[in-house]
Amino acid sequence: MFTYIIKRVIGAFAMLIVISMVTFGIFYVVPQWAGASPEAMASRYVGRAATPETVHLVAERLGFNDPVIVQYGRFVKGLVAGAEYDYGAGVEQCPAPCFGYSFISGQPVWPDLLDRLPVTFSLAIGAAVLWVVGGVSVGVISALRRGSFFDRLSMGTALAGVSLPIFFTGMISLVVFSYALGWTPPGGAYTDFSVNPAQWAYSLLLPWITLAFLFAATYARLTRAGMLETMGEDYIRTARAKGLHEREVVVKHGLRAALTPILTLFGIDFGLLIGGAILTETTYTLPGLGQFAILAIRNQDMPQVMGVVLVAAMFVVVASLIVDLLYAVVDPRVRLS
Amino acid sequence: MRRKTALAGAATAALVLVLSACGGGGGTQQPADSSSGGAAQPAFNAGLNEVYNPSTKKGGTLKAAHSADWDSLDPGDTYYGYSFNFGRLYWRTLTMYKPGPGPEGNTVIPDLAEGLGEPSDGGKTWTYKLKSGLKFEDGTEITAKDVAYAVGRSWDKKTFPHGPSYLNELLDWPKDFKGVYEDPDADYSSAVEATDDSTVVFHLKEPFASMDYVVQMPMTAPVPKDKDTGAKYKEKVVSSGPYKFETNEIGKGFTLVRNDQWDPATDPNRPALPDRIEVQVNVNADDLDNQLIAGDIQLDIVGTGLQAAALGKVLPDPALKARTDNPTIPRLWYVSVIPDTPPLDNVECRKAVMWAADRVANQTAYGGELAGGEIATNVLPPPIVGQEKFDLYATPGNKGDVNKAKQALAACGQPNGFSTTMTYRSDRPREKALAEAMEQALAKVGIKLTLKGFPGSSYFSDYAGNVNYVKKNGIGLAAHGWGSDWPDGYGFMQAIVDSRTIRDAGNYNLSVKNDEVDKLIDQASAELDDAARAKLWVDVDKKVMEDASILPVVWAKSLLMRGKGLTNVAYNEGQSMFDYILLGVE
Amino acid sequence: MSFLDVKDLKIHFPTDDGLVKSVDGLSFSVERGRTLGIVGESGSGKSVTSLGVLGLHKGGRARISGEIWLDGEELNGATAEHVRGLRGKKMAMIFQDPLSSMHPYYSVGHQIIEAYRIHNDVSKQVARKHAVDMLGRVGIPEPGRRVDSYPHEFSGGMRQRAMIAMALSCDPELLIADEPTTALDVTVQAQILDLMRDLQSEFNSALIIITHDLGVVAELSNDILVMYAGRCVEYGSTDDIFYRPEHPYTWGLLGSMPRLDREPTERLMPIKGSPPSLINVPQGCAFHPRCPFGERTEGKAETAAPALTETEGGHLVRCHMSRDERRTLWENEIKPALETS
Ligand SMILES: Nc1ncnc2c1ncn2[C@@H]1O[C@H](COP(=O)(O)OP(=O)(O)OP(=O)(O)O)[C@@H](O)[C@H]1O
Ligand code: SF4
Ligand SMILES: [Mg+2]
Repeated sequence: MFTYIIKRVIGAFAMLIVISMVTFGIFYVVPQWAGASPEAMASRYVGRAATPETVHLVAERLGFNDPVIVQYGRFVKGLVAGAEYDYGAGVEQCPAPCFGYSFISGQPVWPDLLDRLPVTFSLAIGAAVLWVVGGVSVGVISALRRGSFFDRLSMGTALAGVSLPIFFTGMISLVVFSYALGWTPPGGAYTDFSVNPAQWAYSLLLPWITLAFLFAATYARLTRAGMLETMGEDYIRTARAKGLHEREVVVKHGLRAALTPILTLFGIDFGLLIGGAILTETTYTLPGLGQFAILAIRNQDMPQVMGVVLVAAMFVVVASLIVDLLYAVVDPRVRLS
Repeated sequence: MRRKTALAGAATAALVLVLSACGGGGGTQQPADSSSGGAAQPAFNAGLNEVYNPSTKKGGTLKAAHSADWDSLDPGDTYYGYSFNFGRLYWRTLTMYKPGPGPEGNTVIPDLAEGLGEPSDGGKTWTYKLKSGLKFEDGTEITAKDVAYAVGRSWDKKTFPHGPSYLNELLDWPKDFKGVYEDPDADYSSAVEATDDSTVVFHLKEPFASMDYVVQMPMTAPVPKDKDTGAKYKEKVVSSGPYKFETNEIGKGFTLVRNDQWDPATDPNRPALPDRIEVQVNVNADDLDNQLIAGDIQLDIVGTGLQAAALGKVLPDPALKARTDNPTIPRLWYVSVIPDTPPLDNVECRKAVMWAADRVANQTAYGGELAGGEIATNVLPPPIVGQEKFDLYATPGNKGDVNKAKQALAACGQPNGFSTTMTYRSDRPREKALAEAMEQALAKVGIKLTLKGFPGSSYFSDYAGNVNYVKKNGIGLAAHGWGSDWPDGYGFMQAIVDSRTIRDAGNYNLSVKNDEVDKLIDQASAELDDAARAKLWVDVDKKVMEDASILPVVWAKSLLMRGKGLTNVAYNEGQSMFDYILLGVE
Repeated sequence: MSFLDVKDLKIHFPTDDGLVKSVDGLSFSVERGRTLGIVGESGSGKSVTSLGVLGLHKGGRARISGEIWLDGEELNGATAEHVRGLRGKKMAMIFQDPLSSMHPYYSVGHQIIEAYRIHNDVSKQVARKHAVDMLGRVGIPEPGRRVDSYPHEFSGGMRQRAMIAMALSCDPELLIADEPTTALDVTVQAQILDLMRDLQSEFNSALIIITHDLGVVAELSNDILVMYAGRCVEYGSTDDIFYRPEHPYTWGLLGSMPRLDREPTERLMPIKGSPPSLINVPQGCAFHPRCPFGERTEGKAETAAPALTETEGGHLVRCHMSRDERRTLWENEIKPALETS
């Protein structure tokens, strides 16, 4: 088990390195192939109508004149050993892991990422609770009452949930619940948990529900299918023959087995979400990693893009590692290998 | 002559003040019943020529939002119209646009300075005298040194790459100047100096007439040297205006509160009504419109108008439409007709494009009359001082003239037409629609267009504004748009028609490469007489149109919504949006 | 009245294709300490019958009629909750495939403990001791260690022993074993059957063994019920069925019995055709499409359903042929053929 974890962690590292190189490559090499000079690249980070001198200075400051490999080396060095940042009136130390400074705002990337993580985490955790509880219970009930009105209604809704995009459901829900009815706060009304937990939950209610709706749909359908399958298994019959209460049969014997594939999905989904619930955060103006990612890409802010991509990738990798380990806990048959 | 115009301006301003009981301007009396606002009836364009819902009531919180983020809050490092407008809440500059509605909004009045600039040496030296009693938020006195230092630091484009470089270009900087950070002891008095505590003197390389417009830009907002932290100054700007920063989280938002060191006696132009101003940035643009409509926020800071989604909701609804103003702004949407790309190197071929274009279809592509703008027949937009409207390529119903286009093609030696490529910004649906309209119209005379869309963020750096790319890929037409930095000919035209600004990449002048145009620009820039100068800019406009290297599409209009509960709302021509320093809340 | 008395049991499933008459008027009884074997081809309704007795069709789609008397108590009319309380305690079941019948995620011990604690209010430790005991009694070596193993860590025979331990954990008075040895190889089969016989005499419970293999029931059962298409076609003592069988279907089963002196696949008198669909059970005698003697009943087989009639001393047969005709056929044709092969 221990060597397995070590191997996985090393694999994850290798993966992150590859991801960082690919991201870096897309950012620097592709424009060069398209014939962009360092100045052309720098002209994205100056004000409008900047003079050639300004552009040249900025290209120099951002290091665009160096070969890509040198630039990449500088990035890695910052991550490992930290870097220095000259803000004109002085020099600032950026301790490792230093993802560098935004090309646009000049803000250090790492503290910004850390700062935004709780928002995304808050969004993901609340939505996850809602969608797992909601999706799984709807799926279970649908499976147990297959063909009933409830089953048809919830599976129809689930289909809608999977196919409607968040920026649509999100915008509609804001217009209806926040602006027309006034039940929920307007977009962008995030309050930190440490400031006021009740306000925190209230401000996230609508994003949670919208996001959970999207995922709950998938989970309901998957749970339903899984339950239909496991409830037909022989061991369910055995459990009943023992005289177990039906509730225990369903939850302890049926659901436990049906949840295993859902666990895998959940791990990946949750990992991806922590890496940034891009559409939800953009729609509701939540200052999380997803919004950060969108802004970074829109602004072509390389250090921010690198930072958010690596952090997001790390979450996915860690989540899938945790899922694999949990899998062994859940299903004893996996433990042997 | 300039003084005369200023006088006339003052007279008109007084008239407007009486009519609209505006809170801005030099301390006017208010009708008692509207002192707290709220009595106004919303009507379409009600804030265009007078103050809507006038009020002198202080207090309350103004909630504002921005669909993206500032380039920088540092007065030396910002270059957006909204930033210039909004920044005046926490900074003061030597001069400023006259606050309030109507055409006077285009005129410049003193702010920190006692009067407008005094030119000498034929317009090569400009002197500004500061008022007394000016203070920073920490209570220290604002002196001419702080203004000169602000200008000096803004020179450093390595630290402040975003701000305009007008002063870098205009002033006579020392040859070996490295900026105030690399060389803290450098003497740059050859460019700008404080000859005493209240006198700032600018030394220019060439005579330049529009200096009062330039110094209303925030590079002249005073910065205390001992509080200057270079690129990090934007995190904690020291206020010289009526508000100061309470909090500032870059990328998320900030809050302004009253600056008790600001003395209204030195500042008749800022009523400073709200107690607090809360600003959220990076708000989803569509949600921002919804919040503005619903009243959860009161001000869309960017000030370019509603998004397409909201337009569809607002225009058909009389109650919502009554909350909007629809000004023509100093912005032109146009097509660059690039003379480097054969056969467009022949002026007759460019003229063929002018004749063939269907201006009505182009206007429709931009959203029509209200959302898009007025059909443009020449380069300078109507709000520019001294603008003249003329039309060298008038066609029946503005729908294009196939015969004249064919004659031009024949004269160009391409009687059967030709093929070329047109670029547009793919993230701008209106430019895409424009490209498609052009494709259809030009096809009628045998000019075949291939359309290519590119991301807006690298459009000028990598594609349409990149000389190599344009040459290699034979780009003939490029969708383009330009807004004015200040409402005179120089402010609008210089960046897009002066061929000497063209460099390898990041160009905004994509197509105007004409010696005569350049010569006229120099002449106009140096002309100190307002009327004569305006006339010269009209000549530049005519030359460019004769050159047929710019095909005007529309003079843009924006549809601005007045926030719920907002008082003292007025469209200001100088800002080309609502005047943010006037605003109050009910 | 017997300890278990099933009277005219019908279990029908409405499906999209029609009504599946899995059990259609079945009656039988078992006493404490006695063993009944139920034999029939695949799909004849054996499992449905046993699940029906345990009340496991309750609450589903099944339409159940008839009476199930257990120890003087009628179960078909009783509430689902009441029957659940009896399940596992008073009556228990051993299933065909022990691998799929045990939950893969729970240890064997956990599953036995669970079965025990539903019906006995004891601590986990006590239940665990009991589970270890039970595992020891069914012949699992080192039960104290194996109690924590998972089903997949057991061999097939051990799993079946564990299943038996689980079923017996509450001392049930009625034990139904549904094909308890089908999934096992021959030697293990014999061991399991021995174990069941020993345990039955020890616990003195009523035992029903369900199988499609007459060989399994030969040694174990006192009585045998031969099922075809949801009904009983012959019923009698083990001797009756093996030495004096009177139904053509039973003959067929005897003929296809695997014997040690023959290849298992080789059949002397195979039953031609395949079992009927339980949706469209053939008119008349359900067996007639496959019966080699159908023509001897002058067309009655196709039209009229034969009744289950007693030939002699509790031996029941469902066939239109006369008793004499059947006995003559058995003595003269079938028995000699079976013996010479
Ligand atoms: N829940 C159900 N719904 C519909 N039909 C069913 C159901 N359960 C059993 N059946 C049908 O009833 C018939 C009898 O099934 P049963 O499982 O009792 O056969 P069996 O005699 O045990 O066969 P095997 O030897 O293969 O175990 C089969 O045709 C089966 O398809
Ligand atoms: S009734 Fe006829 S068909 Fe049925 S078993 Fe007897 S002989 Fe065969
Ligand atoms: Mg069966």
